[in-house]
Amino acid sequence: MKPAPFSYHRPESIAEAVAMMADLDDAKILAGGQSLMAMMNFRYLAPDHIVDINRIPELTEIREEGNTIRFGAMVRQRDAADSPIVQARCPLLIEALSLVGHMQTRNRGTVGGSLSHLDPSAEMPAVFSALDAVLHVSSACGEREIPIGEWALGFMMPNLEPDELLIGITALCWPVGHGYAFLEMARRHGDFALAGAAALMTLSGDGTIERVAVALTGVDTGPVRLEEMEAVLVGRKPDRALFADAAKAAESVAGIEDVHASRDYRRRLAVVYTRRALTLAHERAAQGRP
Amino acid sequence: MGERRDITLTVNGASVSRDVEVRWTLVDFLRHELELTGTHVGCEHGVCGACTVLIDGRSARSCLMLAVQADGHEVTTVEGLSPAEGLSPLQQAFVDNHGLQCGYCTPGILCTLTEFLETNPDPSEEEIRIALSGNLCRCTGYQGIVDAALAYARSNKGSAE
Repeated sequence: MKPAPFSYHRPESIAEAVAMMADLDDAKILAGGQSLMAMMNFRYLAPDHIVDINRIPELTEIREEGNTIRFGAMVRQRDAADSPIVQARCPLLIEALSLVGHMQTRNRGTVGGSLSHLDPSAEMPAVFSALDAVLHVSSACGEREIPIGEWALGFMMPNLEPDELLIGITALCWPVGHGYAFLEMARRHGDFALAGAAALMTLSGDGTIERVAVALTGVDTGPVRLEEMEAVLVGRKPDRALFADAAKAAESVAGIEDVHASRDYRRRLAVVYTRRALTLAHERAAQGRP
Repeated sequence: MGERRDITLTVNGASVSRDVEVRWTLVDFLRHELELTGTHVGCEHGVCGACTVLIDGRSARSCLMLAVQADGHEVTTVEGLSPAEGLSPLQQAFVDNHGLQCGYCTPGILCTLTEFLETNPDPSEEEIRIALSGNLCRCTGYQGIVDAALAYARSNKGSAE
């Protein structure tokens, strides 16, 4: 099918875009289009107005700011993966991006678009959850900062008012040499994941876990951070038994159920992928330790 | 009639100006307005890869982009990959290695592989298979396509050395 008729708007600045969002009823933001265009072709969505933010240069920057990386919302997944800043400071994102769709969809798809679309099995929300990201949202009324933990309000429902625009994401970088892993179960490469885990880890001089973060995708409406498990792991000497035991915490996730996988199977995957991600992140942390 | 806009873009090296309906997808514009029917339409939701073209040299789904968004950009379709006479070396490798049967997926795959082999001129079989994961082929089982990509990469390597 083809998209239903709409009016097309092409702002050239954030100010112009948010002014449009304030004025227009039933407007949708068009970023990379890799989800929205499919939904419009199917006529799941038939907005009256499309605000195309592809020509706003302010939204395409990747900037290192002290210990953080600030991503413009329109940074294409391909450009994030090619960025020397991201490669040096944020290898978790690089690993996850290789699993986001395919080369052709990453060439258009954006970091901010994935976060705003908020598919429960998307990789980006889990990555930015592990990175304690803050999302920057703008409207004609001003700007808001939203911690990633408060981003998902429900199924495909980000913490975003109809007149608001996600303009950027700030991720906290981990020290150089930290361990990381993004692993997921998908039936085919590039398919939506049934479940997946993002893990970050640093080790103390004596080899015990200094700091760890684990976030899951595919098991709830939004990314799930395993904070209690993280607290249990800090200060412990890592080994197989520790990770196998700790990963059982992932069994308590809500678990979503659909035609692709049952709730029980997703919970089982959550445990397995938590353990595997912890194990791989630890291996890399041990190699990267100065 | 829906809202319309004038756009100017480069298609296969030639400048093109048209008045388009803003809701047209790029692939429908290429096929119906420009009569470049080499680009195929499969699923219309970004899964099958039949409509893959190159936008400023990067492969993309032309069903997931509006024609109006291509304004000012450079689009290359399968027609633009071929020389004036005969086939390109990659296309010839498909012929030589039984890389196609019905041919429906072939234009999209050629566009995908054009970008992929430019960025990775000496790929492993696994890398080729991952690159092809965004293009569905229901005839060949991919074996002939992978063979064609490997043969093309090998012949290029030979000529470079």
